[in-house]
Amino acid sequence: MVENILVERAYNFKIVKWFAFCAVVYLVVGALVGDFIAWQLAFPSLNIDPHLSFGRLRPLHTNDVIFAFGGCTLMATAYYIVQRTCEVPLWSNKLAWFTFWGWNAIIVGAVVSFPMGWTQGKEYAELEWPLDIAIAVVWLSYMGNFIMTIANRKTSHIYVANWFFLGMMIMITYLHVVNSLAVPVTMTKSYSIFSGVQDAMIQWWWGHNAVGFFLTAGFLGIMYYFIPKQANLPIYSYRLSVLHFWALMFGYVWLGAHHLQYTALPDWAGSLGAAVSIAMIIPSWGGAINGLMTLSGAWNKLRDDYVLRFLIVSLAFYAMSTFEGPVMSIKTVNALSHYTDWTIGHVHSGALGWVAMVSIGAIYHLLTRLWKTRIYSESLVNTHFWIHTIGTVFYVCAMWVSGIMQGLMWRATDEYGNLTYTFAESVAAMHPYYVLRAVGGVLVLVGGLIMLYNVVMTIRSADQAGMVAAPAHA
Amino acid sequence: MSFQEKLEKNIWGFAIMVAIVVSIGGIVEIVPLFYLDNVTEKLTKDEDSIRPYTALELEGRDVYIREGCYLCHSQMIRPFRDEKERYGHYSLAAESKYDHPFQWGSKRTGPDLARVGGKYSNEWQFQHLKAPRSLVPESVMPNYAFLDKAVIDDTLTERKMRALKSVGVPYTDADFKTASAAVHGKTEMEAVVAYLQVLGTMVKFEEGKDYRE
Repeated sequence: MVENILVERAYNFKIVKWFAFCAVVYLVVGALVGDFIAWQLAFPSLNIDPHLSFGRLRPLHTNDVIFAFGGCTLMATAYYIVQRTCEVPLWSNKLAWFTFWGWNAIIVGAVVSFPMGWTQGKEYAELEWPLDIAIAVVWLSYMGNFIMTIANRKTSHIYVANWFFLGMMIMITYLHVVNSLAVPVTMTKSYSIFSGVQDAMIQWWWGHNAVGFFLTAGFLGIMYYFIPKQANLPIYSYRLSVLHFWALMFGYVWLGAHHLQYTALPDWAGSLGAAVSIAMIIPSWGGAINGLMTLSGAWNKLRDDYVLRFLIVSLAFYAMSTFEGPVMSIKTVNALSHYTDWTIGHVHSGALGWVAMVSIGAIYHLLTRLWKTRIYSESLVNTHFWIHTIGTVFYVCAMWVSGIMQGLMWRATDEYGNLTYTFAESVAAMHPYYVLRAVGGVLVLVGGLIMLYNVVMTIRSADQAGMVAAPAHA
Repeated sequence: MSFQEKLEKNIWGFAIMVAIVVSIGGIVEIVPLFYLDNVTEKLTKDEDSIRPYTALELEGRDVYIREGCYLCHSQMIRPFRDEKERYGHYSLAAESKYDHPFQWGSKRTGPDLARVGGKYSNEWQFQHLKAPRSLVPESVMPNYAFLDKAVIDDTLTERKMRALKSVGVPYTDADFKTASAAVHGKTEMEAVVAYLQVLGTMVKFEEGKDYRE
């Protein structure tokens, strides 16, 4: 017991605190930029040229939510989980702080780059080559520290959450390095070494696995640790988690090709991507069931544990979007859904419903453990839960309607075989849904601000309590 | 002890196993694209006038990438009747073989641009870029009037072409020599329009021929 307390003191929780706090800030920033560009699509006069026009801000939004918010959440939780489940402090504190300052410096670089128009022009991999090199260095430091901490562990087995983090770290290294290969012209301009069809396949191999590994495997690691911890119950099935893990590692990699159905990519590649996509429903739902069934017999916990609500509802969204995704990869459906807002809706049911909610749940959980205090306001957590959920539903429903409508309007022909609608008519028809989507975005943003307030107040009250308590210890 | 249990007790074994398992799908889907010879369509001499972009078109393409046009405009027409009616012949892989990076896009907030070349006059394109809603009232595109005031940096054009040559775009010494002069004093607006006007015009399609196997 005494030994345990001593070990805990040696844990580096300060790094976890800082990353977790940054994640909350970046959640607010990402939602703010995202909502602003959503309003731009509804009211184009909001484009402020050249620096704040849609085309330059959209990469800022995607990179902020994926790499700043998602990345900081992953670093906070991985550093926390690996110390807790291996019962040793981090292998290197210096390296951990290097990842903290390095990652944040890259984010600052991104905030400057995108409004300036410095981009490689590949979705979710827009950052130019000097920042790409920096990302690789920081990422390898993160992975090295994580693996060495596991190598030093006191426990005999490696806990399942760590498998998922490890899978993410290895795959993201492959993806980032290969997809970012480019020949530089200046510090802020380069050309991909790949072209045309090969570049397209590599880009979507990256694009879908940024989703599959960064935004899924990593966050499943979070799920496998925080749901059992918050519910105070063991994970439902060990066997299911083994199946879930290896099927996900093997299968996800193939899915990228389904982004290129009916394009100039050879047909076999797209079909292969779609076939494996459909098969992926099994492991994805296996994982979702594994998390959900952890609460089996204890569902009443959801009544007053708001943090658990976030974690459990995130899995419901995970199950829904991992069903929707395979459906959209089927050629017949894809013919309608591709190039439309349906894709945007699908991404956001995953991003706002699954990734954001599991992260928010984990961060609220961390807040009480790291600062050893109660949350400043439990009821504000509940408010955040509802406002975020309603905002997400608004967003996703608006995009379902607009996406399917676009697809149908584009292909509609009259009795003589002529196109029924001009493209411009389809754009005009989107207006009400774009407004509705932006309203959903406002709700998510307000939720983020409530969280930030709650987090700041919790930390402040914990610091004050600490200051009062400190002399007594001395 | 099962294999799984052995892995769970050995981080290095676990990491190597993961590194192998996650590499398979990518290898199977990507590597053949570099050597199978039916990936890029074979075109006859009459059909094929695919060439690298001129200096001005290349500068225009860089502006197109910089402004994130690909986030709202695809350049990949699918083989559907409605797309043929609206945009023209479906796109070929050969048509983007010199595109580093590819610009197929993933979203049509605006229409596909794969065959926009020659569809509108230069004057229309200038006016549309300056103030899209003056020509298409329903449009949600940002105004790009500032492109008309921005002059292209002609000191970089040759370096850009040399960089592209190093990754396989067949520029010649003559292209390098004339690069700077070809864009000297031109605005970014002129460059973008030159780029838009060449899109989808480099293949002369034979009516009824099946270009995809």
